Amino acid sequence: MSIEKPEELVRYREPEELLGFAKDYPAEVELKGRITESLIREISKVKKEPEWMTRLRLKSLELFYKLPMPNWLQGIEMLDLDTMAHYVKPDIELSSSWDDIPKEVREYYEKIGIPELEAKVLHGLSAQYESETIYHKMKKSLEDKGVVMIPMEEAVQKYPDIVKRYFLRIFPPSDHKFAALHGALWSGGVFVYVPKGVRVEAPIEAFFLIGRAFESQFEHTLLIADENSYIYFIEGCTAPMYKGFSFHDGMVELYAHRGAHIRFTTFQNWSKHVINFNNKRAIAEENARVDWVEGSIGSMLTYVYPSTVLRGKGSSSRSVVFTLAKGPYLKDSGSKMFHVAPNTKSRIVNKSISVDGGINVYRGVIRIPYGARNAVSNVECESLILDDKSYAYTYPHNQIEEPTASVSHEATTMRLTEDQIFYLLSRGLDEDDAKNLLIMGFLDELFIEVPFEVAHVLKKVLEIEFEKLGGVG
Amino acid sequence: MLEVKDLHVTVEEKEILKGVNLKVEPGKLVVVMGPNAGGKSTLAYAIMGREGYEVTKGDILFNGESILELGPDERSRLGIFLSVQEPPPLPGVKGSLLVPAVIKKRRGIPMDDKFADIKILREVRPKLELVGLDSSYMGREVNVGFSGGEKKRFELFQALAYDPKIVILDEPDSGLDVDGVKMVARVIDDMRKNGKGVLLITHNPRLLHFITPDEVNVLIDGKIVMTGGLDVAEFVETHGYDKVVTR
Repeated sequence: MSIEKPEELVRYREPEELLGFAKDYPAEVELKGRITESLIREISKVKKEPEWMTRLRLKSLELFYKLPMPNWLQGIEMLDLDTMAHYVKPDIELSSSWDDIPKEVREYYEKIGIPELEAKVLHGLSAQYESETIYHKMKKSLEDKGVVMIPMEEAVQKYPDIVKRYFLRIFPPSDHKFAALHGALWSGGVFVYVPKGVRVEAPIEAFFLIGRAFESQFEHTLLIADENSYIYFIEGCTAPMYKGFSFHDGMVELYAHRGAHIRFTTFQNWSKHVINFNNKRAIAEENARVDWVEGSIGSMLTYVYPSTVLRGKGSSSRSVVFTLAKGPYLKDSGSKMFHVAPNTKSRIVNKSISVDGGINVYRGVIRIPYGARNAVSNVECESLILDDKSYAYTYPHNQIEEPTASVSHEATTMRLTEDQIFYLLSRGLDEDDAKNLLIMGFLDELFIEVPFEVAHVLKKVLEIEFEKLGGVG
Repeated sequence: MLEVKDLHVTVEEKEILKGVNLKVEPGKLVVVMGPNAGGKSTLAYAIMGREGYEVTKGDILFNGESILELGPDERSRLGIFLSVQEPPPLPGVKGSLLVPAVIKKRRGIPMDDKFADIKILREVRPKLELVGLDSSYMGREVNVGFSGGEKKRFELFQALAYDPKIVILDEPDSGLDVDGVKMVARVIDDMRKNGKGVLLITHNPRLLHFITPDEVNVLIDGKIVMTGGLDVAEFVETHGYDKVVTR
């Protein structure tokens, strides 16, 4: 892929500044209150779902009530699900033309530069507003190659056998309470199938927007890469400002068949009014490869743990996660690698920056059970703390049973010291330049790990985020 | 020209400098010698304007104007360079990132002008050779895993690359072998010939075997207690600092 001006991939400013206050847009259907069986059946009815999907939702609901609140979560108490809207169908018909999208809503996407980006680089785009996909389009060249990219709901109708085989099977709802909740309430998201040997070089993007407070978004992305295929998928999320907060509990399931390669990149830039829970898991078959990149910039609270099950021998996965906790916000992240076959490889690079009272938490898991011979895993976890009010915690968890496994873990916490700042000032750089240089230095390795255009965008994002940074603590 | 007038400096409520007078003129090498904890590094930091080094009395002038109100970066851009005694490691920040950034800032070239980097790197390469480093050092993270001597060489390289008018060198020869010390002397001499004023701060007069200073001062307990030429350095070397006050 070649992008002449990679900064065009994201037109970045803080979402509060870029999108301003939320404008009310009428809903056609809105379901709120206590999450009961009848509410679930109502969603299923609105979506005209087959009976098996309704059953899957109800089974998930049962699990949701059965499973305990995860004890590692902090901050989620403020979420009162009984008062939230769990399904909001905006009064907008799904279209493949931006002209059909009402101006108030279209403007959000235009301000972020999504239609422009689509015209320049994307080979497919799916845009979701509240609980439903409102815009969806894929380039004909991909269609000709047999690539399927459709809203998740359409896939349930059109390809029930494929959906049944993968949906909530890569990430079972029994995993934890919020995965179960997602299973019960999921709505929107994209289904992608890449046929054997087909390479989708230019990225496909899905973009999610939550337009108002006290609302939940549960989009589901399922991506299946058949043998020896390749796909580059980008996911973006944002929200305008509102009073109160909203809840995002999305899920991404990836399946890389033998020899396939999936690159999945997320830029999360929710406004500070969103509690963001992300469920991301991939399965990699023999010699397949899954690369996660997560740039988690915005939101009030974020919980995100890209995970790969290395099921086939010779499969590999890399997860590069960058989190920024700027202000009184929390980022709880961590990559998980489950090596269940021989000769599997994983690499985790996690970098976090905490500033202005921000907190970053890393929880990683490396699991290498007996029999996963010659599995190799290395983890690098670095935290940069910019002042005394900010914190970073690291909780790596390694479960290694296989004696031939090779696992390395490096965790470091750094602070910008007065010594370093003075040193750079004494060279003639001003304080902002000095901090920028040290921050860019800290992230240097991250930029090497991710695709060029992603690195470029991240740099841009950070330059803007740190433009306004005050004195160092 | 740099001029320090009756300078009193307090650090953490303790008075360290108690009335220091000093002049560094273009093309001159001025040495400040003294025992440890005599206030030498404090003098360097105070001239540079480091936070926590409070000037309670006196003045620091650059070309006749007080610089007390200026921050360290502004003083630096005026043309004062300080090579610190213990340069801190800058993890991730390679020389090839730092040096062009500093030079762009000093010349007013926008930071995002990446083409300027290439030109600047080409331009400074010969200066790296002058201090005995090869170009691979530009690809290394600044002061990370550097030996004491490598740090000193890289500091001296920056002093050359940034082209200041006044160069303050705080213990530039520590950690270097005899050949290294000779190199430092040669570089200082070149700076002097190029019209730069050099303020050399040192505990150990070893460097002065290879270069003749224009002025030597002995700083003890926050005051300059002796001023002269090379003879002062020779006296210190023979008798030690203990004898200086009583002479």
